[in-house]
Amino acid sequence: MKYIDEYRDGEVAQTIAAAIRAEADPARSYHFMEFCGGHTHAISRYGVADLLPANVKMIHGPGCPVCVLPIGRVDQAIRLALEQGVTLCTYGDCLRVPASNGLSLMKAKARGGDIRMVYSSADAVALAQKNPDKQVVFFAIGFETTTPPTAVAIKQAAALGLKNFSVLCCHVLTPSAISSILESPEVRQWGTVPLDGFIGPAHVSTIIGSRPYEFFAEEYRKPVVIAGFEPLDVMQAIKMLIRQVNEGRAEVENEFARAVSREGNLKAQELVAEVFEMRKTFEWRGLRVLPYSALRIRGTFAEFDAEKRFPLGYASVPDHKACECGAILRGVKRPQDCKIFGTVCTPENPVGSCMVSSEGACAAHYTYGRYKDVA
Amino acid sequence: MTQTRKTYIRPLDLKTGQIDMAHGSGGRAMAQLIEELFAKHLGNEYLAQGDDGALLPHPGEGRLVMATDSHVVSPLFFPGGDIGCLSVHGTINDVAVMGAEPLYLSAGFIIEEGFKFVDLARIVQSMAEAAKAAGVPVVTGDTKVVERGKGDGVFITTTGVGVVRPGNELSGRNAQPGDVILVSGTLGDHGMAIMAERESLGFESPIMSDSAALHGLIAAMRASGAAIRVLRDPTRGGLATTLNEIAKQSGVGMMLQEKALPVKPAVEAACEFLGLDPLYVANEGKLVAICAEADAESLLAAMQAHPLGGDAAIIGSVHADDHHFVQMTTAFGGRRIVDWLSGEQLPRIC
Repeated sequence: MKYIDEYRDGEVAQTIAAAIRAEADPARSYHFMEFCGGHTHAISRYGVADLLPANVKMIHGPGCPVCVLPIGRVDQAIRLALEQGVTLCTYGDCLRVPASNGLSLMKAKARGGDIRMVYSSADAVALAQKNPDKQVVFFAIGFETTTPPTAVAIKQAAALGLKNFSVLCCHVLTPSAISSILESPEVRQWGTVPLDGFIGPAHVSTIIGSRPYEFFAEEYRKPVVIAGFEPLDVMQAIKMLIRQVNEGRAEVENEFARAVSREGNLKAQELVAEVFEMRKTFEWRGLRVLPYSALRIRGTFAEFDAEKRFPLGYASVPDHKACECGAILRGVKRPQDCKIFGTVCTPENPVGSCMVSSEGACAAHYTYGRYKDVA
Repeated sequence: MTQTRKTYIRPLDLKTGQIDMAHGSGGRAMAQLIEELFAKHLGNEYLAQGDDGALLPHPGEGRLVMATDSHVVSPLFFPGGDIGCLSVHGTINDVAVMGAEPLYLSAGFIIEEGFKFVDLARIVQSMAEAAKAAGVPVVTGDTKVVERGKGDGVFITTTGVGVVRPGNELSGRNAQPGDVILVSGTLGDHGMAIMAERESLGFESPIMSDSAALHGLIAAMRASGAAIRVLRDPTRGGLATTLNEIAKQSGVGMMLQEKALPVKPAVEAACEFLGLDPLYVANEGKLVAICAEADAESLLAAMQAHPLGGDAAIIGSVHADDHHFVQMTTAFGGRRIVDWLSGEQLPRIC
């Protein structure tokens, strides 16, 4: 655990907490959005918010890949398993995402669907190799971090000449989601969501680098500090954001220099560009349809595209009426503002996507922080 | 079996043979399986009675405790144990944490057609060794065979009977504000041993399951004279789930100190790797004890002096809380809820 424990040291945390208190101007308040679910999880699990002064507030962003996955996409995956009889491979977090008709992938599995949890896209390729008489589909979700491994899997399947492997591609792009939040009327026109800056993604940035955020910093005058997923990374980033705000700067700073460069991982970027291309539009749960915000498989690899191999129409499905996930993902509401939070919608029976993954804002608050609501 | 018949029967092929449907039929093949495999290893005076049930001596003063546990672990063999010893330890522990002295076990086997004798023999042998070491015999049993594909190798259900002497009764309802919470050793060893094996994670030194019978440790704890209020073995759902159960049963809240939780570095690393939390990972040879504050240090010393309690630690305290929250002061200096396990522990993807 060397190189990890160092970033969870309680004494160092107290030192940074003192520095944050010294830096923060008591006459004003600071609202920062941590974009990534990984940051949300770290803040909740380690109790980072308890170490911050009252005028420094964290707003949970939409960067939880499971949370932004629209119902219609999960429905497609379920149909593949139940109607097309494929072996559907997916990352564990996807299994419990509520879909139409009271189903989820886990419930579809109980109904006889051959649904497997895998740890990597390579496991799905291996499964296809081992079972040549079964169609194996990898349900590929996630931001830029999980996209290169999917590209590798597709190229591997092509090299092996696999005829029974394909990918249901639902990979999405971080910059589009950030734009959508900054362009939202709540932030721009009405100012109902005060946003003084962003904690930028950790793992996503190792791939795309810090450069893509320079546009946001400049265009929207919002500071961005890229930070690692350890709690001390988050604390340090908060301190750096407060300093930028105090000094009237709006720049991209990199707290996660041990893993993120300005250009990112060029090899991974090339690989992604070779296999994927932009979708014109893609539906995000909670953020609606966003232009140029997701990827699809290029024509050269069309034979590995599950959307082309199987008859899969896409139908958008609205969220449960009382569910506030959309507003929560945009930072407009907090989990405890939702009427069904903790009553109808719980980690055991999630209604909205934010309750599904432990990285979701609602699940994190329910699991780690709900004692604050009754205090 | 008579000498005459023995000469007419070809012994079980324990090297290359497999279970077939006849071994569960109740006929000769089953009788042979029982005699040459189960009775050979597990044999004792009660099993030798050969009746439909075991006739047991009266256990003396006290009340009876009975607990049952089904074992469906996959893989069947893992570093530090197998389904055989696990099925003995698990049930003994369920009886022992009630404050009882475990006396007898029963064992029911559901075996899949085609299961190799060599593996079954290994499992039964491991059970026999565990039962012998614990001094708790398997006094009655049952064997069923299901068609290939209808089971997963072998499932074992064990039931344990014990006697709790007057005044020794324990219950999850007994925790009181001001009490102290202890654990007998490192957390998450069993679950991570299984996970590492299941996912073929090649660690340099394998994580070993902690599968063990705890009644000896409990006897040593009793002997310290400490006023023990609650004992429980944190198996599925891990320490977090066990403490939530006790908090709910006793109608109290708890506050843990993250820094005090004993976790082996290899387990912590494996959990980190898979996105799991050792607080929710199963143990099979650990117990949680809750006692009066004044007795905590002497109880801790008694636990640490026992071979199964070397890493025992005081990890938190009990307080009044109408919401029955189990909370934790994080090593980071913050505070958070340690909630019930929700669903299965699913790894995070980014």
